[in-house]
Amino acid sequence: MSTVASKKGIGAFIWEYLTTVDHKKIAHLYLAAGGFFFLLGGLEAMFIRIQLMKPQNDFISEQLFNEVMTMHGTTMIFLAAMPLLFAYMNAVVPLQIGARDVAFPFMNALGFWLFFLGGIFLNLSWFLGGAPDAGWTSYASLSMRSEGHGIDFYLLGVQISGFGTLMSGINFLATIINMRAPGMSFMRMPMFTWTTFVASSLILLAFPPLTISVFLLMFDRLFGSKFFDVAMGGNTIIWEHFFWIFGHPEVYILILPAFGIFSEIVPTFSRKRLFGYSSMVFATILIGFLGFMVWAHHMFTTGLGNVANAIFAVATMAIAVPTGIKIFNWLFTMWGGNIKITVPMLWALGFIPSFVIGGVTGIMQAVAPLDYQLHDTYFIVAHFHYVIVGGVVFALFAAAHFYWPKMFGTQLSEKLGYWTFIFFFPGFHLTFFVQHFLGLMGMPRRVATFLPGQGLDAGNYISSIGAFLMFIGVVLLLINIVVTSVKNKKVANDPWGDGRTMEWALPSPPPYYNFKQTPLVRGLDTWWLEKMEGNKELPPAEPLKDIHMPNNSILPFIISSGLFIAAFGAMYSPLNVVGDGKPWGVPVLILGLGIMFGTMLLRSLLDDYGYYIPKEDLVDDEGKGGRAG
Amino acid sequence: MGNEQLKEPDFNVRFEYRRKKSKEEMRFQLISFMLMIFLTILAFIAVGSNHFPPKFVIPFLLLLASVQVGFQLYYFMHASEKGHTFPMTFMYSAILVAFVTVLVFMTIIWW
Repeated sequence: MSTVASKKGIGAFIWEYLTTVDHKKIAHLYLAAGGFFFLLGGLEAMFIRIQLMKPQNDFISEQLFNEVMTMHGTTMIFLAAMPLLFAYMNAVVPLQIGARDVAFPFMNALGFWLFFLGGIFLNLSWFLGGAPDAGWTSYASLSMRSEGHGIDFYLLGVQISGFGTLMSGINFLATIINMRAPGMSFMRMPMFTWTTFVASSLILLAFPPLTISVFLLMFDRLFGSKFFDVAMGGNTIIWEHFFWIFGHPEVYILILPAFGIFSEIVPTFSRKRLFGYSSMVFATILIGFLGFMVWAHHMFTTGLGNVANAIFAVATMAIAVPTGIKIFNWLFTMWGGNIKITVPMLWALGFIPSFVIGGVTGIMQAVAPLDYQLHDTYFIVAHFHYVIVGGVVFALFAAAHFYWPKMFGTQLSEKLGYWTFIFFFPGFHLTFFVQHFLGLMGMPRRVATFLPGQGLDAGNYISSIGAFLMFIGVVLLLINIVVTSVKNKKVANDPWGDGRTMEWALPSPPPYYNFKQTPLVRGLDTWWLEKMEGNKELPPAEPLKDIHMPNNSILPFIISSGLFIAAFGAMYSPLNVVGDGKPWGVPVLILGLGIMFGTMLLRSLLDDYGYYIPKEDLVDDEGKGGRAG
Repeated sequence: MGNEQLKEPDFNVRFEYRRKKSKEEMRFQLISFMLMIFLTILAFIAVGSNHFPPKFVIPFLLLLASVQVGFQLYYFMHASEKGHTFPMTFMYSAILVAFVTVLVFMTIIWW
């Protein structure tokens, strides 16, 4: 029973991860699964760029291009970016607030398995008759007419993984509200915890609209309803509204934790407390609220009318204010600080100008009349890659280097880390900066090819070269991970030497119970404060006593598998629009749901009180990396 | 040993306090329950009697509905008691967001 890897069989290892409810191990699972989907999405991006490298290329067919483009977007948003952020949230947030685990460890595991099996289901479409081909937004007017089961894979897969995300969001809300250590008031919480909190509230409010709209489209496609069928009195535009009521908060769900990661990295390597902590908190909450008031700026060209366009344009521009506050706060944190350039800090330095470029093009699109020119061109593609890659992916890379010691006990090679940056950062700007101009010259997004002699050849060629550089950067990161894991050189609790928050007071990786005694929090930047007073560990808030721990359980995996099976049944329902319904469709649907609800019933009826780690065992742990911390 | 002597009256006092408190709560619950039934009857009359124009009935029903929600939250779900700050904050934030969304649809989008 230890997170420190001991020699045991591969079967036991797999069983441990299948049944784990420990937030640190679930973080590993999220990192592995999210990383896998990130590579898949990256591969799809490479196919797109190879196809568009020269005019009238025939590397892949038009239909396959649509599928690759759709799956790239869907995979990157739902299956890569969000789960990877969940990996760091799981690994770090309970440690940052002084908790032994999240509020609902069982639900945490369930959330992961739902996400993972939903993602697998979505990607099985490649082998079962074609992937979704209506873009990641899957507008109803297009997706209702899509042939084959691609869209059904999209709907069912996104729905299942969406359930998982919603659960994880609720879990983090409950954890952050209820499980903070004594003294950890809201205004002493580290920024990453704060942004996780706000992003989780956005998940709580934004995912239900997605669930509903996906259900509506699912019923239209699989069970013969007519919500989006105009000929039958339905409304096809309402899908766009529902999707973006979810979709806009979704991009803040991605970027806010990224902001949180940089808000941890910048003060750590500037050796200076975060400038304007309270304004950072205020800006985060404000962005959260405003994120719900701007969805129609994705739909300026659908004909909302002048009044709606003007109001949404102004609301959108308002978001620039809290975001600007954050940018200036990071700059002022660095100003006068004793800056140490490490790989995480390098990504943070690269993030600020890149994200500002993305923000500026965002304001340009907020101007409704200009948006009529920019809509559905490569300018949009350039904009959202600047904010998502330049913001979220940079944060994921930075956090990979920054938190690797805390998650695995080893430190990624700084040297290889620099090389990743040297390839990825210029590659990123090469790929996407030129796309602004391609868009302004009129190249529409989501096209499988373009004609020669329209001034688009050189730009697209440059863009593809940049994509290869990014690819090399990612491969170097993978090599780095392999090399570091093989070397397996363990590091101490605070490998960066300048850790400020509580997780750096614990051994790397922390023992499975995290804190031997719940710590007492005496201020913001808790661990920094204790270090400055010469303390070697955090002051305890309670005497050493037995620790209550949850038992491992296979049930989350079985519940998720039930839903996975049910999804196949639903897809081959006799009423589906593809017209290849199977007689076994409904029975399989009922069987899958039966497994799911049966297992949930089992969970409710079987009392599982967990177990206690006796006090004596904790005393024995002294000097073995299990210090109170 | 002094503790034991203290315990007895302490327990009684607390028990008495709880009993008084529960009695009070029960009274509030019954009153609000009756009021809710009364409001429901009013709503049925407003719609069923055919004497009132829709221009009056619709805002009137909305008003009754919001009073009902208030009763439900504060008397039956104990929202006013200690430890409900966060659920209530989230609920009001969600109500605000949903209200603005619906308002936007009603006023400027659905032309």
